[in-house]
Amino acid sequence: MKTSKRQAGFGSSLFELLSSMRFAIGLLTILAIASVVGTVLKQNEPYPNYAFEFGPFWFRVFETLGLYDVYHSGWFLVILAFLVLSTSLCITRNGPGFVKDMRAFRDKASNVSLAAMKHSIELEGRIAPEAVAGYLGREGFRFKVREREDGATLFAAKKGVANKLGYFFAHIALVVICIGGLIDGNLPLKLGELVGRVVPETRDIPQSQIPEQSRLSAGNLSFRGNVTIAENKSADVIFQNAGNGYLVQELPFIITLKKFYVDYYNNGMPKLFASDIIVTDKRTGKETPATVKVNHPLIVDGVAIYQASFGDGGSPLELKGWNLAQPAMAPVTLRGTSLATQPLKANGRDYQLEFGELRVFNIENMGGAQGDAKTFSERMHDAREVKHEKALKNVGPSISFKLRDAQGQAREYQQYMAPITQEGASYLISGVRSEVAKPFQFLRLPLDDDGKIDTFMRLRAALLNSALYDEIAARTTAKALQGQAISPAMQQQFQSSVKWVLARFAQGGFSALEQFLDERVPADKRQAVAQTYVKILQGAVVDVMDVAQAKAGLAPLPEDGKHYRFLLDGLVGVSALNDYGAPVFLQLTGFEQVQASGLQMTRSPGKNLVYFGSLMLVIGIILMFYVREVRLWVLCYGDRMRVAMSSNRHSRDLDSDFARHTESLNQLVRDA
Amino acid sequence: MELVHSYENPSLLKRLSAVDWGYALLVLAAAAYTYVLYGEMLDYYEKAILAGASLGLVAMGWFWKPWRAFFPASGLLALGGISLYHGDLARGQSAFWLKYALSSQSAIMWMCTLFFLATAMFWAGLIRRSDTLQKLGSGLTWSAALMGLTGMFVRWYESYLIGSDVGHIPVSNLYEVFVLFCLITALMYLYYEAKFAARQVGAFVLLVITAAVGFILWYSFDRQAHEIQPLIPALQSWWMKIHVPANFVGYGSFALSAMLGIAELLVLRDAKRAELAGGEAQPGWFARRLPAADVIDEMMYKAITVGFLFFTIATILGAMWAADAWGGYWSWDPKETWALIVWLNYAAWLHIRLVKGWRGEPLAWWAVIGIVVTSFAFLGVNMFLSGLHSYGGL
Ligand code: HEM
Repeated sequence: MKTSKRQAGFGSSLFELLSSMRFAIGLLTILAIASVVGTVLKQNEPYPNYAFEFGPFWFRVFETLGLYDVYHSGWFLVILAFLVLSTSLCITRNGPGFVKDMRAFRDKASNVSLAAMKHSIELEGRIAPEAVAGYLGREGFRFKVREREDGATLFAAKKGVANKLGYFFAHIALVVICIGGLIDGNLPLKLGELVGRVVPETRDIPQSQIPEQSRLSAGNLSFRGNVTIAENKSADVIFQNAGNGYLVQELPFIITLKKFYVDYYNNGMPKLFASDIIVTDKRTGKETPATVKVNHPLIVDGVAIYQASFGDGGSPLELKGWNLAQPAMAPVTLRGTSLATQPLKANGRDYQLEFGELRVFNIENMGGAQGDAKTFSERMHDAREVKHEKALKNVGPSISFKLRDAQGQAREYQQYMAPITQEGASYLISGVRSEVAKPFQFLRLPLDDDGKIDTFMRLRAALLNSALYDEIAARTTAKALQGQAISPAMQQQFQSSVKWVLARFAQGGFSALEQFLDERVPADKRQAVAQTYVKILQGAVVDVMDVAQAKAGLAPLPEDGKHYRFLLDGLVGVSALNDYGAPVFLQLTGFEQVQASGLQMTRSPGKNLVYFGSLMLVIGIILMFYVREVRLWVLCYGDRMRVAMSSNRHSRDLDSDFARHTESLNQLVRDA
Repeated sequence: MELVHSYENPSLLKRLSAVDWGYALLVLAAAAYTYVLYGEMLDYYEKAILAGASLGLVAMGWFWKPWRAFFPASGLLALGGISLYHGDLARGQSAFWLKYALSSQSAIMWMCTLFFLATAMFWAGLIRRSDTLQKLGSGLTWSAALMGLTGMFVRWYESYLIGSDVGHIPVSNLYEVFVLFCLITALMYLYYEAKFAARQVGAFVLLVITAAVGFILWYSFDRQAHEIQPLIPALQSWWMKIHVPANFVGYGSFALSAMLGIAELLVLRDAKRAELAGGEAQPGWFARRLPAADVIDEMMYKAITVGFLFFTIATILGAMWAADAWGGYWSWDPKETWALIVWLNYAAWLHIRLVKGWRGEPLAWWAVIGIVVTSFAFLGVNMFLSGLHSYGGL
C-alpha cells in the first residue's frame, strides 16, 4: 500500500516509526497505564494533606512528577500530543492508499490471479453479459465492465467501500476530539505559570486584595472554577484551583443568589438542590433571573453555571448562655452569626467563640443495628420486599462552634436545638470533643414539662449550692426516719453523710465519688459503700429539687416515675457537665437561616468540537465494523466463467456470501 | 461446522414473514395504547422516546427472531404482575402469584435460580457430550432472562407505588445494574449461540453470569441492596436511562468475550498437546467437546466489536451527561478514567487483530485479561476509589 520512494533518511524513519502501528499500540498502552496513576492517588487535594500522607521527601518527589494533578502535568500532555501526532501521521500515511483503493475497481485482475484467490471457482456455461450486469446491480454492487483483448469480459464489482471511509471518520475523529479537549484544557494557563505571568495565590485573603498576577481576565478562552455565594449576596469572580494555590477568574457578569433550596423525599433523602439567581451583564446591565438545578445548568455568554454544592451562608443566631461556674445566675441572651468568630467574656476570662456551620436538617438513621439474628424466613421476607421502613429521622437544627481560650486551646461543641425523645423522655443534646479527629461525646440534659432546661439548671444550681445542704439533708433524713430506713440513733450520722455525699458530688460528679472510693475504701467494701452513696444521692435529689423549686417560688415536681426519672437523668447530666470543659452552656434558641450556594462555572468552547468528533467516531466505528467491503469478479470467457471474491476481513461471512453468489450465477446460467 | 444460511438474499422487506408483521403490529399497538392512556402526561422527550423505543423494539424483533416471542412474553408476565398489585405495594407479600413469582424480587430470585440450573445443565451437557442437556441449558437460560426482564419491568412499576416522585427506571444503582448485566450477557450469548451453532460454550459463559448472580444474592440478603431508593438529584437525568444500558451492553460483551477467550485457550491447549504427541493422538478433553478454536475466536471478535461500539457510545453519552451534571464533559473522575482505560485496551486489541492480523492464543489471553480491567472499572472503582460517581458505592 505504501510507496517508499522516499530517501531512507532519519526523517523518513522517524515518520515511519511515529505512524507505525507498533508505536500507536505502545502509546495506547502507556496512556492507559499513566491514567491509572491519577485514579489511585486522589487528585487536587490541598498540598498539606499530601505532605502529611507521604512525608517531606516523597511529597517533593511526587510534586516534581506532577502526581497531584496528573492529567494536567507536562508529561501526560506530551503523551496525548504524541497520540495526536501518531494518529495524524497514520492518516496521512494510509490515507492516499485507502482513497485510491476505494476508487479502484481492480479491473486489471487476470485469470491467474483470480484463480489464486481463496474464494474462486470456475463454472461451466455461457451467460449473457446483461444478465451478469443485472444481477450485480440487483445485489447492490457497483462495477466496471472490461472487454479484454482475448475476448473475455471481466466484471469487476465492489460493495461496502464505506468501510474504508470508516477508517477516516474514526481516526480523524480522535484528532478532532483531542484538539477540542486541548482548547478546553488549561494549557495556556500552564504556560502562563511557567513563564511567571500567572502566579497562583496561596494566602487566604479577601478577594479584592488578590494581586493582578493571580487574576485572569473575563476574556479568558476557557476556564472552570467555583464560587460560594450567600443568599442576597453577589459574586463576579470564580476561583480556580492551581497547584498549591488558586487563581481568580473574572466573569463577564455578576451573579446574585436570591434563594437556595433543598427538597427532600419522604425518607429524608435529598430530592432537589436549586438556586434562584439573577445574572447581571457587566456591560449592558441587563438582568436575567433564572433557576439553576443539578443536571440543569444555565448558559450565559458561553459560560455554563452549575449547581455544585451548598452550605450555610452565615446565619444570624440567637443563643442562651448559661454560666456554668455561677449556676444561680439567670441565662443571658447572646447573638452571633454562623461561620463568624466573636469574642466571649466569661468569669473574667477572654475566649474566642468560633461558630461553624448552621445545619437546619440533620437526618440520622435512628434504627438500631441491622439484626444478624434474623431467621431464614425473615430474611426471605426482606429479600422479597423492595421497600423497607428506614428509621431515618430529622433531628432538627444544629450549630457547631469552637470555644478557644486565651492560650489558643479549643474545644468543639455541637448544639442541637430541638428536643430528642428517648424512651418517652425529652432531652437536649450537646456534643463535645477536644480534638477534631475524635468523635463527639454527647451530653443529654433532661427537659422539664415545658420542654425547657430551666428546671435542670435549677436542680444543678441547688446541687452545687452548699448553703442549701443543711436544709436538704434535714429533709432527706426526716424522710428516711419516717420510712424507717434508718434508726433515730443514726440520724446525726446520716445527715452528715448526706451533706458529705452532696458536697463530693458537687465537686466532681460521680467520678469524684468513685475516686474517693478508690483511694479510701478497701477494695472488698467498695461495692457496698458505692451502693450506699448512690442510694443517698437518689434519695437526696428529690429534696434538692424541692428546695430549689421552693426557693424559686415554684410548685414542687409531682412525685411520680416520670419526674423521678427526670431527677436521675439530672444527676447524670450534672455529673457529665463536669467534663464539658466550657465556662458557659450555649443553648441554640433561634436562627434565621441564610444559605449559600456553591456554583461551578465553566467556559468550554471546545465542547462542540468534542461532540462533533464523538459523532464522527461512532459513525466511523459503525462503518468499520458493520460495513463489509467485498469485491466480486466475474470473468466470462467462452463457455466458462470464473467467479472470485475477496473481502478485507470476516472470512466466515465471506464463505456463505461466496456460496450464495456462485449458486445464483449458476442459476442464471441454467436459466439462460 | 455447517452454517444454516439460505442462498437467497432478497431485500429486507421481502424477507419479513407474517409473524414479523404480527409482532410489529403488536408492539405498535401497545405503544399506541400507552399513548392513549398517558399521552397527556408525556412531554416531547417522552413522546420521542416512546416512538423511538417502539421502532427500536420492532427492529430488534426483525433482526433477531426469538426476540419476537421473548419480549412480548416478558411484557405479558410483567403486565400480569402489575395488574395483581391493585396499586398497593403490600400485596407483593400477600397475593400468591406476586409473592412467589411475579413481584420484582421474586422474579429476580427466579432468574438467579434458573441461571444456576442453566449453568449446571450446560456443564452436565458438556461432560456427557449431550446435546439434549445443552439444549435444556439454553432453555433454562432463556427462562432466566425472561424472569429477569420481567422482574425489571415490575420493579420499575413498584418504584412508582412507593411514591410518584420515587419512580424511576431500574438502572440507578449497583444492584439493578447487576441484574441488567446478567440479562444482557445472557441475551447476547443466546444470540451468538444460535448464530454460530456453538451451544457448547454456554458452560463457560454461564460461569460469569453465575458469579454475578452470586453477587446479587449476597448483595440483597446481606446488604438489603434491593431496596428501591429514590433518585438523588445527580441521577435525575435523561442521560442515565441510555448511558447505563449502553454501558452494560459493553460490559456484557466484554465479559462474554473473556469467557470465550478461556474456552478458546482450553481448546488451543488441547490442540498443542495433540500436536506434541504426534498426529495419532486423540484430541483432548475440551477439544472433543468445544467448537473449533477459530469459531470461538470469531465469536469473541464479534462480541468485542459490539462491546466496543456500545462502550464508545456509552462513554460519549456519559460525557454529555457529565457536561450537564458536573460542569464538564470530562473531569478525569476515576470512573471516567477507567472507562477510558477499558476503551483504550479494546482499541489496542482490535488494532492488533485487524491490522496486525493476530489470532488465537495471545488475543484470547488478552480478552481474558480485558475482563479484569473491565471489572475494575465496573466494580473496583466503586469499592476502592472515590470520586464523583460515589453513589455507586458498595
Ligand atoms: C487513540 C488511538 C486510536 C484508536 C482509538 C483507534 C481506533 C481504531 C478502531 C476502533 C479501529 C477499527 C478496527 C476495524 O474494524 O478496522 C481502527 C482501525 C485501524 N487503525 Fe486505529 N485507532 C487509533 C490510532 C491509530 C493509529 C495511530 C494508527 C496508525 C498506525 C491506526 C491505524 C489503524 C488502521 C490501519 C486501522 C484499520 C483500518 C482498516 O483496515 O479498515 N490507528 N482504529
